[in-house]
Amino acid sequence: MTRFQVLVVGAGPAGLAAAIEAATAGATVLVIDENSAPGGQLFKQIHKFFGSSAHYAGIRGLDIGRKMLDEAQARGVEIWLDSTVWGLFADNHVAVIRNERSMLIEAEKVILATGAYENALSFPGWTLPGVITAGSLQTMMNVQRVLPADRMLMVGAGNIGLIVSYQAMQAGMDVVAVIEARDRIGGYAVHAAKIRRYGVPILTSHTISEAHGAGQVESATLVQLDERFLAIEGTERQIDVDMICLAVGLTPMAELAWMAGCQFVYVPEAGGHVPIHDENMETTVPGLYVAGDITGIEEANTAIDEGRLAGIAAAQALGYCSAAEASGRKALVCERLDELRLGEINRTRRTVQEILQAQSSGVRQELSDVSPQCGRSEIR
Amino acid sequence: MRVVDHPILGKLAQDRTVTITVDGRVLEAIPGETILATLLAHGIRKCRTTEKRHEPRWFFCGIGRCTDCVMTVDGVPNVRTCVTMVREGMVVETQTGLGEDGGGGS
Repeated sequence: MTRFQVLVVGAGPAGLAAAIEAATAGATVLVIDENSAPGGQLFKQIHKFFGSSAHYAGIRGLDIGRKMLDEAQARGVEIWLDSTVWGLFADNHVAVIRNERSMLIEAEKVILATGAYENALSFPGWTLPGVITAGSLQTMMNVQRVLPADRMLMVGAGNIGLIVSYQAMQAGMDVVAVIEARDRIGGYAVHAAKIRRYGVPILTSHTISEAHGAGQVESATLVQLDERFLAIEGTERQIDVDMICLAVGLTPMAELAWMAGCQFVYVPEAGGHVPIHDENMETTVPGLYVAGDITGIEEANTAIDEGRLAGIAAAQALGYCSAAEASGRKALVCERLDELRLGEINRTRRTVQEILQAQSSGVRQELSDVSPQCGRSEIR
Repeated sequence: MRVVDHPILGKLAQDRTVTITVDGRVLEAIPGETILATLLAHGIRKCRTTEKRHEPRWFFCGIGRCTDCVMTVDGVPNVRTCVTMVREGMVVETQTGLGEDGGGGS
C-alpha cells in the first residue's frame, strides 16, 4: 500500500495551504484532486482579494493560485490530478480512483479540503437550457473564455452574485438585473457599487417565479416578495433574458467526513451540516482534519488560514514541530482569522466557528467521561 | 462566442487549434479547452435529451458534479463535457436518454 504522512483531499486554497505548511515542517505530503487543474476555484477569481498581505490582499485570485502552486511544488508536495477520492475508511485508509484504477493509500493524517457545491433553486422552467449556476458562468467566461449567452438575470445579491455579475459585464455580457429575495443586499457594498455604477438594477425583495422558453430560456418572470417571503400578487413582470444565473448559496461538500464517522452539527449560517472540529481543525475522528468551505461557507482567504492551521497541527501531531513552535505559528494564523472575521457579515462566520469549537470540547468531554482512553491528550 | 479581448485576462491565444465533430458538424476547438467550451464558442445550446420526458438539457454546474452536460463522445455515452478536454478528431454526439450502453435504452 502506498503511504504518505499527510494526505490532503482537494487542491484548492485550503488544501494547498495545508500541504505547504505540513511539507515545510518536513512531512511527506500528497494532495489529490479530481479536477484536471489544481487551484480549486482560485483560477476563476479574476478580482483582487481583500485582507492583509498574508492573505495576498490586492492580488487577483488566479495569481494567488499560481503562487501557492509554485510554493507547494518547491516544498516537494506531490499532487495527483484527475484522481478521485471515493472512500475514507478506518485508520485513514483512503480509496482513490486514478487512471481508471482503484487503489488504497494509507495516511497518518488526512486533511479534507473538499470545498462546497453551489445550491440550486427550483422554479417552473428551471431545467431549461440557460439556467446555470454563477460559478459555472465564471468557469466558462474566465477559464474557458466563452460566453454562454448575451443577456442574463442574476438571482442572488450576495458576494458571488455581485462579483460574477460584474465579471460578466467585463467579459461582454449584458446583465439585465440582479434580484435578491431578502430586503437588503447580502454582499459587500463595494461589489454592489461596481455594478450599480453601470446602471444595473439590484432588486431586493424580489425572486424569480418562472423561466420561459421553447427549448431554451427566452424570458423570466420576476415577482416582489413581502416580509414573509411570499409573492405579492400583481407585482409580476416579465423580462427578456437568454440566461438565468443562480447565486443562491453553497453547501459544504462533506461526504467523506460523513463516511469517516465524524460528528456533525447543523448550522444554517454555515451552509448546512458541518463536521465538528477543534481549534486544530481536527474532527471528532482522530487524525482527520478539515479546512476551508467544508467547515462552513466562507471565502478563499479564510480557507487559506484554516488550511495553514490544519497543516501546522498535522505536522505537530507527527512530531515535526514542538508544541511551543506550533502554538506560536497557530496563534499568528488565528489572529489573522479573527481580523478577517470582523465586520457585520463576517462576524456571523466567526460565531459559526465558535459554535463548532464549543461543540468539539463538549464532544471531547463526553468521550473522556465514557472512557479516559478516548480522550485525545495530544491535542488538548 | 469566445471572449477574445478581456480587460483583465488580455487577448485569447488562438494560434493553435484542433477540430472535433459534433453531430456531423466539424468545429474548430482550442487545445486545452473542454468539449462544452467548444460547443459554447459555436453557439450550441443543447447537450442531450432526457430519458423520460425527452426534454433538452445543456449545462448547469460546469464543474463535473451535476452531469447535466453529458454527451456521447467517441461512442462512449455519459461523458461529462464540462470536464473533458477536446482532442483532435474527437466525435461528439448529442445524447438521447441514458445513451446506448447506459442500461436504460436510448
